[in-house]
Amino acid sequence: MAIAVGLAAAIGGCLGILVHRRPRATGVALAVTGGFLTIPSYALFGLLVPVLGLGGAPTVVALTMYGLLPIVRNTIVGLRAVDPAVIESARASGMGRRERLLRIELPLAWPVILAGLRVATLILVGVAAIAAAVNGPGLGEDIFAGLARIGSATALDLVLGGILGIVALALLFDLVYAAVGRATISRGLRG
Amino acid sequence: MAETPISPAAPPPAAAIRLEAVTKRYRGQAEPAVDALTLEVRPRELLVMVGPSGCGKTTTLRLINRLLDADEGWITVDGEDTASLDPDALRTRIGYVIQQVGLFPHMTVAENVATVPRVLGWDRARIARRAEELLELLGLDPADFGDRFPRELSGGQAQRVGVARAMAADPPILLMDEPFGSLDPITRARLQDELLRIQGSLAKTILLVTHDIDEAIKLGDRIAIVDRGARALQVAAPERVLSDPADDYVREFVGSGAALRRLGLLRVRELEPGHWPALPRAAERHVVRDELIASGRPAALLLDEAGRPWRWVTARELERGGEPGTEPGVPASAELTPAATLHEALDAIVRGGVGAAAAVGDGGALHAIVDLEAIMAAADPSRPSQRTAGGEEAGLVRS
Repeated sequence: MAIAVGLAAAIGGCLGILVHRRPRATGVALAVTGGFLTIPSYALFGLLVPVLGLGGAPTVVALTMYGLLPIVRNTIVGLRAVDPAVIESARASGMGRRERLLRIELPLAWPVILAGLRVATLILVGVAAIAAAVNGPGLGEDIFAGLARIGSATALDLVLGGILGIVALALLFDLVYAAVGRATISRGLRG
Repeated sequence: MAETPISPAAPPPAAAIRLEAVTKRYRGQAEPAVDALTLEVRPRELLVMVGPSGCGKTTTLRLINRLLDADEGWITVDGEDTASLDPDALRTRIGYVIQQVGLFPHMTVAENVATVPRVLGWDRARIARRAEELLELLGLDPADFGDRFPRELSGGQAQRVGVARAMAADPPILLMDEPFGSLDPITRARLQDELLRIQGSLAKTILLVTHDIDEAIKLGDRIAIVDRGARALQVAAPERVLSDPADDYVREFVGSGAALRRLGLLRVRELEPGHWPALPRAAERHVVRDELIASGRPAALLLDEAGRPWRWVTARELERGGEPGTEPGVPASAELTPAATLHEALDAIVRGGVGAAAAVGDGGALHAIVDLEAIMAAADPSRPSQRTAGGEEAGLVRS
């Protein structure tokens, strides 16, 4: 799952940076990544299995697809929200396109992008459970194992254990993101 | 780096910035935003471009540092055609200040000021020293303000930082786009004074745009009055624009208060002094009275032993005679100096209640007597002087 978040961040971030100044490209990017999210997860896994087989590969691909929308969207929104006067000042200071992006625009958009990463992570924690359906790794295995033997003594324990594990994991990630935010967002942008 | 002149051997260019028939059209607009503008900014002058909003002033500035590219015409900066220069390199040589300030909110004040030096790759110690120097120049204590973030600044402080940032790499040229437009009147006046003070010692080439004619008159060595399409209708010293507007548009733009505004530009020393009797306080009363009556003035000025204005006396006060121990007339104020503006002179006259005011030179000795007639003559040179030769016999004014 962490791999999927990383992939989604890399792909989504780059995509967002590429399209945020072009309204039409932005529309296409959001429609496509939004479309991914509307595919029922069970169905998506099912579609990917014939191509990628069972196990880790389809899981990572599917999760990456689900994680894209919040990241792309927030990258675009964050970059667009940068005050034009600030960008004008940066240009007038002789900063090139790359320098402007790295030193001004991305740091200013970072709080919004980080929020996108957080949402993507939480979505993926939930969806990842279902990856067990294609023999993917994760807590979903416990849930599916439990569901498969409903009525037996350990079934409820397995399912509950899986669910609680997922909830705990989500909370843990949330804490991690809060800490990352404190460490990486400029004091000038907080409060 | 950027401070070293590009071609030290070349003769000094006649114009620091030169626009030649520059035209800029925006897509979808019939009228060009800038229409064949030709304008010259001389080295080390503060030229103020003043005109209504939307007349292409901002576009003109953005053309100079190539945030925009001109459709027609050419622009030179220090004699070099800007079209042949790398835009980013050009911009590090031109400071740019905008009304919205545009400080980088995620960086501290010191980091904001250090922007251009960092782009130019100065070493850390030099950048830190420069940032401190500039904050001090702009009246901000570096120890207090250096580590603040822009959201912790007032509007006036933010614009000071904006100016400091623009000046960080010591660019020879500054472009200022309504720099004080969003500030309250008191802060604005303070920052205008500050700009004049800084300009007095650093003598940059500054092109400042504003829609405020008073600001233009106060700041400009020369002002360029522009109409739509940034067409320059008159480019001249402020006194000239006020006394001799090029056409009806300029006259209207300068407004009905033009004569009054000129008072803020003219100095007492430029006045033709009024002819009022001024005598030593030791003079016999009847001598003073005779002088006063002969002059046709309502009052005479008595001077103390050092030649300093002492008291104003009227003929009646002289006739009434004084009881011993009381002085005749009213005390003469001696606040006015030859460097005072006619605004201040007018104020002194009105407050004095005699119809005239004494201007004093070094040591407080009388320099000249200023009256309404002299001010009116200076404020409106087209008006024929009403002084007559008959006043000559009262010409006792020392200078």
